[in-house]
Amino acid sequence: MSDEQMSDEPATTKGPSRRAFLRNGALAGAGLVAGGTAARAATPDPLITEVQDWASAFGDPVDAAPYGTPIRFESHVVRRNVEWLTESPVSSINFTPIHALEGTITPQGCAFERHHSGAIELSKADYRLMINGLVDQPLVFTFEDLLRFPRATTTAFLECAANGGMEWGGAQLEGCQFTQGMIHNMEYIGVPLKVLLAEAGVKPEGKWIYAEGADASSNGRSIPMEKAMDDVMVAFFANGEALRKEHGYPVRLVVPGWEGNMWVKWLRRIGVYDAAVESREETSKYTDLMPDGRARKWTWVMDAKSVITTPSPQAPIRHGKGPLVISGLAWSGNGKVTKVDVSLDGGRNWQEARITGEARSKALTRFHLDIDWDGSELFLQSRATDETGYVQPTKNALRDIRGLNNVYHNNGIQTWWVKADGEVENVEIA
Amino acid sequence: MSKSRNLLIGSALALSTLAGPAMADKLGLGRPALPEEISAWDVAVLPDGTGLRPGSGNVETGEEVFAEKCAACHGEFAEGLDSWPVLAGGEGSLTDRRPVKTIGSYWPHLSTVYDYIHRSMPFGAAQTVSVDETYAIVAFLLYSNGLVEDDFTLSNKNFTEVVLPNADGFYPDDRPESEYPKFRAEACMTNCAEGAPKVTKRAVELNVTPTDPDGKPAGTLPDIVAAAAEASAEAAATETPAEATPQAEPEPAPEAAPADQAAAPAAGPHPELIAAGEKVFKKCAACHKVGEGAKNGTGPMLNNVVGHPAGKVEGFKYSKPLLAMAEEGLVWDEAALHHLLENPKAFIKGTKMSFAGLKKEEDRAAVIAYLSTFAQ
Repeated sequence: MSDEQMSDEPATTKGPSRRAFLRNGALAGAGLVAGGTAARAATPDPLITEVQDWASAFGDPVDAAPYGTPIRFESHVVRRNVEWLTESPVSSINFTPIHALEGTITPQGCAFERHHSGAIELSKADYRLMINGLVDQPLVFTFEDLLRFPRATTTAFLECAANGGMEWGGAQLEGCQFTQGMIHNMEYIGVPLKVLLAEAGVKPEGKWIYAEGADASSNGRSIPMEKAMDDVMVAFFANGEALRKEHGYPVRLVVPGWEGNMWVKWLRRIGVYDAAVESREETSKYTDLMPDGRARKWTWVMDAKSVITTPSPQAPIRHGKGPLVISGLAWSGNGKVTKVDVSLDGGRNWQEARITGEARSKALTRFHLDIDWDGSELFLQSRATDETGYVQPTKNALRDIRGLNNVYHNNGIQTWWVKADGEVENVEIA
Repeated sequence: MSKSRNLLIGSALALSTLAGPAMADKLGLGRPALPEEISAWDVAVLPDGTGLRPGSGNVETGEEVFAEKCAACHGEFAEGLDSWPVLAGGEGSLTDRRPVKTIGSYWPHLSTVYDYIHRSMPFGAAQTVSVDETYAIVAFLLYSNGLVEDDFTLSNKNFTEVVLPNADGFYPDDRPESEYPKFRAEACMTNCAEGAPKVTKRAVELNVTPTDPDGKPAGTLPDIVAAAAEASAEAAATETPAEATPQAEPEPAPEAAPADQAAAPAAGPHPELIAAGEKVFKKCAACHKVGEGAKNGTGPMLNNVVGHPAGKVEGFKYSKPLLAMAEEGLVWDEAALHHLLENPKAFIKGTKMSFAGLKKEEDRAAVIAYLSTFAQ
C-alpha cells in the first residue's frame, strides 16, 4: 500500500522478516504449551527482534470508521441464535456471547435480542408516549418532552425469564452463550417512571400499570404500582449512547431485577388500571407450570444466579496446566450479590471467589478465581449468594419443587466438565 | 422482610436524590391526550371486560375469518402447524410430561384471547382484525375447544359470562414462601457430597448446538497459537511471490456490480445465493409458503412467481391496489420484485403486505434467487 511505499525501509527486507516471524511465532507458542509455566524461548522472538509492519508504517487514519466496530480478529464475538428454537426469526431470540466478554457491561451491539414481531425502526420525531387510564390528566409526551425531565441513571441486568429454559430437562446446549446468554447488563439514563406518572397524577384506585410497545406485537405487561413507583425507568440512553434499534430505540422500559419480557421496548403507552390486564405475555406465556398442573403467575423476580464464563465449552483451556483464571458472572434480582463460591469437584468442596469491581444491586457482578491447575479433570460450578441470604440452588433442588414442566426461571447451578486436554462440556452430574 | 423494605426505601432515596428537587412539582410537560388518541391506542381488554368495544361475532363467521387469516399457521382446526401455537385441545394434559397449553387447557381468561388477537394478530399483519371479526374468531376458538355449540354468538354483552376451564389454574408467585426459606440456609463449603462426581447427562449427546465449520460449538474462541501456526503455513505456501503481487491501487478499482453480473452463470442463480435466500425468506415465511403443496396464508403462496404476472395466485384475496397494478400488466420480474421487497408499502400504495422491506440489496437478490427455484 501507499503507506509501505512511504516507509524509509527498503521494501526487500519486509517479506522475509514477516515470514520468519510467523514461523517462529508458531514455534514459540508450541513451546509454551509443552513447557507450561517454565516456557523458555529457544530462539529470539522475531516479533521482538525484527521491526514489524505495524511498528514502522502507518495504521488507519482517523475517521477510517466514524462509528467503529470490533477489529476483525474478534469476529467470532457475536450474538448467535439456535434456529430450531423458534418458527420465525422475527419472533425469536438470540444469545449474548458471554463466554467472550469480561467485566460487567454488555456492549449493545452483541447484547441478546428478543423480538415478538421484529425490531422496528421508530424515529425520535415519530415517537409518542401516552399515559392514560386512572390518572387525573391523560398525557402525550414527545421524545423532546422526555428529554426535559430530570434524569436518573441505573445499571441493571436484563435476563429473559427463559434463560436456561432449554436446560430444564437436562444438559442440552454446548456453551454458556446458549445456556445462560439470554442476559445483558447496561448503564441506562432516563426518567424515573414515577416522575412521568406524577405528571399525569395517578388516582388512588390506580394499582397497576400496563406498559406496551409500538411494534406489531405490542408485548404488553402489567406491573404493580409499588414497583412502578420504585425503580422502574423510562430509558433512552444505554452505555452512554442512544438505545440501539434492537433494544427499543428511542425509548424502552427498564425494570431492574425483573424478567426481561417486562422491559417493554419502543414504549408507547403506560395505562393505569385497577387490576392486571392479564395479557397473553403474563398468562399463556411467562407463567410457571407446577407439578400439580396449576401454574404460578406474576413470577417477576429473577433469583440469584451465576455461571462460569471461562473456561466453558466455547472457551476451552488451551494453555495447559499451571495458572488458570476462572471468570464468571453473578446476579440477583433481589439485590446485591454478596458472595460467589466456586467448586472444582462438582460441588463436593467450595472456595470463595473474588468479586472484581463493584457488586451493584440488580446488576451483573464479575467474579474471578485464580487457581494453579494441575491438568486433571474438573467439574466446575459456581454458586451465588445475594444480600437476602438466598443461595443459588442446584437444578435438582429446583426440579424437586417445580417438577419437569417448568421452563422459566431456571437459576440452577451449572456444571462444566473440564477434561485433561482442556476441552469443556456442559454436563449434569450426580 | 425488614431487609427488603430497607432496600426499597434505599433505592427510592437514591433515585430522588439523583432527580433533584424539581420532582415534587409537575413540570407541565406533555399535552393532554385526546379521546380519539386514547381510543386508538388503549385497546387493552381486562378479565372483567374493561375495554371491550361494542360488537359481536358467531362461530360460523369466525371459522371463515380464521381460515382466511389464522389457519396458515394455526391450522384449520386451531391444531397448530409446524411449531406454531396450538390453540385447541390439550385438556387434562397439564400434568403430563408434554403438556399442551391451549386456550381451552391453559389460558385463564377469555379477555386475553380477544386482547391478543385484536392487537397482535395475524402475525405480520397486526391490527387488521376488526372488532366484530375478533369476536367471531374468539367464538370459533371457544367452539374448537368444545366450550360452546356451533350456533354460539359472542358479543360484548355476554363476554364475561364465559369462564375458561383453567380460570382457577393460576396463583401469584409464592417463591418467597415456598422456595426462599429452603434456599436461605447456610451454604456448605466442604465435604458437601459423597464420592466422586458421576456424569449423568451430556449436552454433546443431544447434538443440537449450532456449530462452527470445524464442528466446535459456534462462537468457540479461536486458538491463538494454532491460528499463528496456520498463518505461518499459509505464509510459507503463498508468500514466495509476495513481492510480485502489488496491492491494487485505489484509482482503477473495477466496478463491483458488472463483475458480479459477469460472474453469475447464465444457467441460474448461484447455489450460495439460493441458500442465503432460504435464510432471508424466514422473514417472509410467516405469511408466504413455498414448495410442494404450499397454500395461501396471510399472503399468497409464492411458487411460480418470479417472471410471472402479478395477482394470479388462485384463491388469494389480493388488495385492490395490487389488482389494479396487475391489470396494468405488472410482472414479477427481478426489477419489480426488487422494488417490492425494498419497500412493499411504497411500491404498492395500500397493499395488505405489512412487511417493512429488505433494505439490503443482497438480501433481496438472495430471496429472489430462492423464489426462482420454485418454478414448475
